[in-house]
Amino acid sequence: MTERELIGWGDGTVLAIALGLSVFGVAMIYSAGELEIASTVTGIWRKQAVWLAISIAAFVLARRVSVRWLEWVAPIAYVLAVLGLVVVLVIGGGSEPRSWIRFGPFGFQPSEFAKLATVLLLARLASGRERPPDTLWDLWPYLAVVVLPVGLILAQPDIGTSAVFLAIFMALLYWANLPVSRLVMVLSPFVSLALAFSTALWGVWFLLLVAFLYFSRAYLSESLAVALANVTMGVVVRPVWQGLAGYQRSRILAFIQPEADPHGAGWHLIQSQVAIGSGGWLGKGFTAGTQKRLAFLPEQHTDFIVAVVGEELGYVGISLVLLALAILLWRVVAIAERAMEPFASVLVFGIFAFWFAHVMANVGMAVGLLPITGLPLPFVSYGGSFLLMSFVSLAIVQRVASESRIIAQ
Amino acid sequence: MSALAQPPRPHQETRGPLARWFVAVAILALGIQFFRIQILKHSTYALRSDDNRIRELRVEPARGTLYDRTGRVVAENVPGYAIVVLPLSADSLRVALEHLGAILGHPREKTERLYSAYRQHPNLPVVVENNATFAEVSAVEERRAYLPGGIVIEAAPKRHYPWGATLAHVVGYVGEISEADLALPQFEGYEPGRIVGQTGIERAYDRVLAGSPGKRYVEVNALGRLVGDFRGHEKVAPVPGSDLHLNIDLALQMKAAELFPDTLAGAFVALEPKSGSVLVLYSAPEFDPNAFVGGIDPTVWNELSNSPGRPLFNRAVSAAYAPGSTFKLVLAALAINDGYAGVDTRMPIPCRGALLYYGRVFKDWTPIGHGALDLNGAIRESCDVYFYQLGLKVGLERILTGVRDFGFGRKTGIDLQSDIAGVFPPSSAWYDERYGASGWTNSVVLNLAIGQGENAQSVLKMAQFYAALAADGVLPRPRLVKEATLAEPAERLPLADEQLAALRAALVEVVNAPSGTARASRLARWTLAGKTGTAQNPHGEDHAWFIGFAPAEEPAIVAAVVLEGGGSGSAAAAPLAAQLIEYYLASQSGLKGSELAAGG
Repeated sequence: MTERELIGWGDGTVLAIALGLSVFGVAMIYSAGELEIASTVTGIWRKQAVWLAISIAAFVLARRVSVRWLEWVAPIAYVLAVLGLVVVLVIGGGSEPRSWIRFGPFGFQPSEFAKLATVLLLARLASGRERPPDTLWDLWPYLAVVVLPVGLILAQPDIGTSAVFLAIFMALLYWANLPVSRLVMVLSPFVSLALAFSTALWGVWFLLLVAFLYFSRAYLSESLAVALANVTMGVVVRPVWQGLAGYQRSRILAFIQPEADPHGAGWHLIQSQVAIGSGGWLGKGFTAGTQKRLAFLPEQHTDFIVAVVGEELGYVGISLVLLALAILLWRVVAIAERAMEPFASVLVFGIFAFWFAHVMANVGMAVGLLPITGLPLPFVSYGGSFLLMSFVSLAIVQRVASESRIIAQ
Repeated sequence: MSALAQPPRPHQETRGPLARWFVAVAILALGIQFFRIQILKHSTYALRSDDNRIRELRVEPARGTLYDRTGRVVAENVPGYAIVVLPLSADSLRVALEHLGAILGHPREKTERLYSAYRQHPNLPVVVENNATFAEVSAVEERRAYLPGGIVIEAAPKRHYPWGATLAHVVGYVGEISEADLALPQFEGYEPGRIVGQTGIERAYDRVLAGSPGKRYVEVNALGRLVGDFRGHEKVAPVPGSDLHLNIDLALQMKAAELFPDTLAGAFVALEPKSGSVLVLYSAPEFDPNAFVGGIDPTVWNELSNSPGRPLFNRAVSAAYAPGSTFKLVLAALAINDGYAGVDTRMPIPCRGALLYYGRVFKDWTPIGHGALDLNGAIRESCDVYFYQLGLKVGLERILTGVRDFGFGRKTGIDLQSDIAGVFPPSSAWYDERYGASGWTNSVVLNLAIGQGENAQSVLKMAQFYAALAADGVLPRPRLVKEATLAEPAERLPLADEQLAALRAALVEVVNAPSGTARASRLARWTLAGKTGTAQNPHGEDHAWFIGFAPAEEPAIVAAVVLEGGGSGSAAAAPLAAQLIEYYLASQSGLKGSELAAGG
C-alpha cells in the first residue's frame, strides 16, 4: 500500500459532514455574535475560522500518522494528558472551573486532549488481550486509566467533561465485549447515585440488584463489590452534593425543576426552549433570531448554539443538523466495525463515544432532556481546542477507515 | 472480500448494529423533542418570545389648555420628562427603585409605594417620576452604566400654571392618580401612574382635559434595556385633551387678589348675574399649584397642610360662613312672597337697640336703635330688631322650608367637586334631634332671621342668590367653564318682577341712601346695589360680608366678599366689592368705547 492511498479520502461522507458542520458552525458563531447589545461574542467567529484552519492543518498532518504508531504512543500521550490536567489545576488561574492554559489570545483545554489520550490508552488495553474481559476484576486497569483524569477534571471542577469520560469508559467496555451482566454491574453504582435522593427508590433498586446478582451467577467477590459500590453511592451522595459548587448545584436543580426560579438557574433552559420553540418550521432567518439578538440566550456560541440554529433556521435547519450528526456517528460506528485491528476498532469506537456523548449532552440540554452540562456540540460550537481535538480524532477515524479498506481489498 | 480479510469478531456483528441503531433512536428522540417544542408548542413559545422582549409603554397625551374668558392661557403644557421603569422582575425593580430614589432624592415611602403598586399591577411600567427636571434626567443618564436595565426616560408633557397662586383654587392642579381615586367611578379605566386633576377645574373636567393615552411598543433585551421601537405592533397615537375656556376674567381675578388684604383669610366671588358665568373665584390665603406638579416636596406639603390659614381649602366654594345680615334679603324675599310683608310693612315694635323675647334680650347691631322702619328701611339700615319680628311673623317651620325655594339647602351646582350645600336645618325635627325636644326654644328663629345660628352658607351660594335678585329672579348655575352644558334648567325665585324690583330698590338704598350701611362704598359713575353683613364669629373678630351688584338698572356683575375676622361689613368688605365692581365696569365700558370708536 502506498502512502498516497493511506492518506486518501478515508470515508468521504464522514469527512464532508465534518467539514460542512464546521463551516456551518463558523456561520452560526457569526450569527451568535450579531446582537443588539455589545457582546464579547461579536467577531469571535474569526477566531473560530482561524482555529478551523489550524484544525484542518492538524487533520492533514495527523492523517499521516499510522494507527500502529498511535498504539505505541498511547501511554506517553496519556502521561502528558495527566500532566496537563495537573498543570491546569496549579496554574489555571483563580476563577473556577480551572480548565484553561492560555497562550496569548488562544487558550487550550488539557481536558480535551485528555479525552483522546484516555481513549488511546483504553483502546490499547482492550486490544492487548487474548480474550475479552469477563469478570469485574478484569476491569481494574481500565478503571484506573479513567479514574485518574476524571478525578483531576472533577477537581477543576467540571462535571460535564467527567461525565464524558464515564460515557467513553462504558462504551469501550461495551465494545470490548464485556458480558451484559458485567455492564449492568458497572452501571449499577450510577443508578444508585441517581436514586440516592429518594431512600425508598434506592431501596427498591438495591433489592432488584441483589436479585440480579444472584441470578446472573456473579462471583461472590464481584457481588460484594457491586453491592458495596451501590451502598456507597446511595449514602455518599449527600456529602458530595454539599461539596458541589453553587452554580453546579443550581444547574442540576434547574434541570429537575426549571420553572421554579425562572430568573435564576432555570433561566437558561427556559430561554433556550423559548428560542427554539419560537423558531417554528423555518425559523426567523439567519442572524435574525430575536431571543438571541436581545441577549436572552446564554452561551449562545457554545453550550446553546443549537438554540440559535433552532430559532433562526427552524425545525428544518435543526433536522438537517441532526441528520448530518446521525449519519456521521452511524458511519463512525461502521468504521469501527470494519476495522481489522482490535486497537483501531476500539479507538474509533472510543472517538464515536466521545462525540456521541457530546452531541447528546449538548442538544439534550438545549431541549430540556438532559441537565445543563455545558458541553459543546462537536464541529459546530465555538471552542478552539475542542475543534482541534475533534479534527485530530477525525484524522484517526479516517486513517483507520482507509487502512481497513486497503486491507479489505 | 479477499481471503486476507479476517472474519469479523462475533460480538461486532451484534454490538455494531446495536450501537448504530442506538445512535439512530437517540437522535430521533432529539428530533421528536424538537418537533414537540418547535412545531406542536410553537405558538406558545412564539408568544413567550414576544412577551420576553416587547413592552407596552403609555404615551402621555397632551392635556387640554385652559384659557380665561379673554383667551389668556391659565394652564398649559411645557416639555418635561418622565422616568419609567420596565420591571424585569421584582428584584430588579427594587434595585432600580432604590438607585433612582437615591438619585432623585425620593423619600423612602415613595419607593415603597411604587414597589407595592408594582406588586398589584406587575405588568405595567412603573412611573418613578413623571416630572423630572433636566438635571435629574442627566443624573440618571450619567449613571446608566451602573443602573439596572429597564429604566426608560420618556418625553412627557408637564403641566404649568403661568398665573400660579392667583388662580390656584379655580384651576387646581394635577398629580399622579392615587389608589383611592383609581377606585372612583370618575376615574374608571385609568391606570396607575396616570396624571389626573387633583382639585379644581383640573379634577372636575379631567375626562375632557386628559385626552386618552396612546400606546407604543418597544423591544427590550435580556437586561431589560430598551433596544428600540417594535414595529410589528401598530402604535396607538395619544388623543390630546380638549382645550377649555374659563369664564374667569383673569384681570378681574388679579384685581380681586390685589384688593384682598394680605393678612386675612376669606373669599371673593364675582358672577355675571344672568348667565352665572363665574368672573372671579378667589380664596385667600392662596398657594402655588405649580408646586404640586410632578409630586410635591414633602416639606412644602407639610407647610401647606399644617398652616393655620389652610391655603389648600377653597373658601369661595367649600367654606360655610354665617351669612349675617346678607341673609336678611332671603327672609325679606320669603316674607314678601308669602304675603307677610311688603316693602312698606312696619313691625309692631320699633327698634330701640334690642328686642326682648321671652325674657331674653336680642340686641340690634347698634345700641342706638333704628326707630320705626318699613322693610325697605330695615334692609337699608340692616335693622336686626325689624328682622327678629319678621322672622317670628313668618315662623320657624316656614323659614326652614321656605328658604329652599330661594336656592338654599343644596349645592350651588358650580362645576367644581368641592361645591357644598351649606348648613340650614331642614325642619324643626333637626333641632329636636340635635338638642332634644326641650333643649331649644323658638328663639332660634330670631338668630336664623339675621343670618346667624344654625345657618352657614358659602360665599358662592350667597352670590348666587343675589345674582337671582339682580337677574330677574332666575337662580343662575355658576359656571367656570364656558363649554359646560347645563344639565337642568335654571330655577326661578318665586317672586314677581315688581317684588324683585322693590328688593333691588332697597339694596340700592343700602349703598346710596344717606343712612345706608354701605354708603361709603357708593360709586361715582354707576349705581351700586348691595348688602353688608357682619357675622358673629365665636372664635374672634366678626366676619365681614358684602354682596353687591351694579349697575343696579341692568346688573352686569354680582360680587360677594367675605373677610374672616375682617370686622364690619360696611367698613371692611363693602369697599373691596365696590372697587372690584367698578374696575370691572370701567374695563367693560372701556371695551365698549373702543368698539364704538372702531365702528364709527
